[in-house]
Amino acid sequence: MSSIILMVLGLGGMALGFFVYSKFLAHVVFKLSDQFKTPAVEFEDGIDFVPTNKFVLWGHHFTSVAGAAPIVGPAIAVIWGWLPAFLWVTLGTIFFAGVHDFGAIWASVKNKAKSVGTLTGEVVGTRARAIFSIVIFLVLLMVNAVFGVVIAKLLINNPGSVVPVWGAIAVALVIGQAIYRAKMSLPLVSLVGVVALYFLIYIGPSMPVSLPESVAGLSPSAAWIVILFVYAAIASLLPVWVLLQPRDYINGLQLFVGLAALYAAVLIANPTVVAPMINVDVPAGTPSMIPLLFVTIACGAISGFHGLVSSGTTSKQLAKETDARFVGYFGATGEGALALAAIIAATAGFASLADWQAVYHSFGQGGVLAFVEGGAAILSAGTGLDIAVAATMLTVMAALFAGTTMDTGLRLQRYIFQEWGEIYNIKWMAKPLPATLLSVGTCLALAFGAGGADGSGGLLIWPLFGTTNQLLAGLTLLVVTVMLVRRGSPTFFTLAPLVFVLAMTLFALLIQLKGFYEKADWFLFTMDLVVLVAAIFVTLECVAALKRAKTEARLSSAAD
Amino acid sequence: MKNTLSRLKYLYRKASRAGADYYNAPYRAAIARARREEDDLFMLLVFSEMMGIPNPAGWYCMELQPLMLERFHDWHTRMGMERSPLDNFRCC
Repeated sequence: MSSIILMVLGLGGMALGFFVYSKFLAHVVFKLSDQFKTPAVEFEDGIDFVPTNKFVLWGHHFTSVAGAAPIVGPAIAVIWGWLPAFLWVTLGTIFFAGVHDFGAIWASVKNKAKSVGTLTGEVVGTRARAIFSIVIFLVLLMVNAVFGVVIAKLLINNPGSVVPVWGAIAVALVIGQAIYRAKMSLPLVSLVGVVALYFLIYIGPSMPVSLPESVAGLSPSAAWIVILFVYAAIASLLPVWVLLQPRDYINGLQLFVGLAALYAAVLIANPTVVAPMINVDVPAGTPSMIPLLFVTIACGAISGFHGLVSSGTTSKQLAKETDARFVGYFGATGEGALALAAIIAATAGFASLADWQAVYHSFGQGGVLAFVEGGAAILSAGTGLDIAVAATMLTVMAALFAGTTMDTGLRLQRYIFQEWGEIYNIKWMAKPLPATLLSVGTCLALAFGAGGADGSGGLLIWPLFGTTNQLLAGLTLLVVTVMLVRRGSPTFFTLAPLVFVLAMTLFALLIQLKGFYEKADWFLFTMDLVVLVAAIFVTLECVAALKRAKTEARLSSAAD
Repeated sequence: MKNTLSRLKYLYRKASRAGADYYNAPYRAAIARARREEDDLFMLLVFSEMMGIPNPAGWYCMELQPLMLERFHDWHTRMGMERSPLDNFRCC
């Protein structure tokens, strides 16, 4: 089948979702109004609360939510065939992710731009707030461990990308200094920065760097993971303007360039989808598609991480309540488009079915490497770019996304440790350096605990990461639904995704628990158990909070 | 020709503003906080002699005190002191 059909159906469906479904949500469910004074306008202070142009805000929201996760998840999930992944990404974006992001911004804007965590405490209860912080901690822990493994794999798989990946950090450092210290004009700096980055990508394949067989007794994969965490620890301690801010900016530009180039290449080359529609011949050891598909693809279909961005920064800058639709829903659509590109690359970028099966020889294989390999083949066929350069370009894109997430994730994890240090009066833990070391230590323990001595099996926790992420999404949807019940608005459109996501998460956790038990993998078994307990608590909280809200609503309408 | 040039200039300025917005928006708060921490340290240095911390540049710091007056109230409340901590430097 032609991949253009996939592209048109997918993007068309998402566009329809934005133009029709989100409009319906805005009018009937959330009842947005231009008259409502948003927190950005009400508390404008030039720092936190700044009314911002909706296109700029959308750019932000989109680039902060779209990272490596919507690439890795779909590229693993196509092992069940292209159709399930395609349907879940498309329908998930329309009916789940869009509603979730849009709803999270709306809920926050209606409550003085408070974060979802605080809102969980206020709207649902203090117990839910406690569960929320535990779930966030687990998500951060897993995302850091997994992305460390992902980048290490990318660097080993494509030695030509080592120079551009680390070179990009140098470019970011220079951009940061040029803008912050020398106050140079942004368009000029961006142009020079992008040219420098692509020059590095261009020369990368001719200067491959591989680590020797053993670095201080560690295999190359383990050594890269350790190096990456040392780097991330240092980066997360630096002031944000030095590295994080300019790198985020370059990533944003990269995302737009990469996405446009990939879709243009699909249009020109029209590659054939070689992967089966539904893979009846899955490799041994592949778990059942239902429910694992729904947790393997979290970002790209629905992801709780977005709620943190929506309510933390985006809601403080929304100029009009009606902008929430464009920023939230269309932001999620952008991420869906990235996930769709990952699906096309991982299913249509191979010459034959046998080639595809060789890559997807067991569950957890393929993933981001299949995205790079397939995507590079499509890019090279569509644009005439040298295949090694195309592969390096996509590797750098994925590695930079994952790197920025690691840096931010480690920073957030450190804040949590510091907060615990203050709450429980543990002096040393409240300091940045020990808290960072503690964060790095826990992540490394997870990466090596799950992945063995060389850390290469660390992707086993990917579905577990998906479940935790979905739990977070469930909590956000719960906050939105409770608010809707209190306002007497229709709740079906947020309640249905909530029930579905929670049911699939619980189901997936049980299936994985059984799998880890059978393999006698006690480390992951314990992790799974912890997440499962959190999931059960979240479910109980949902039932209790909704019951309470319904009774309250009934009583107040009876009183009227 | 002149028209096109001025139009291009206008577009460049507009793009530059939007770009700056895009670059700064997510980190505005973090940078403002970091800057405030630096300012707080500077405030402590300026008033250090009065608090019994020897400061070799104390004489020059005195000249700065009137300039810092406006921000003094914010500073001492932020530092957890309801009133001015200095005997001879009243605030609220």
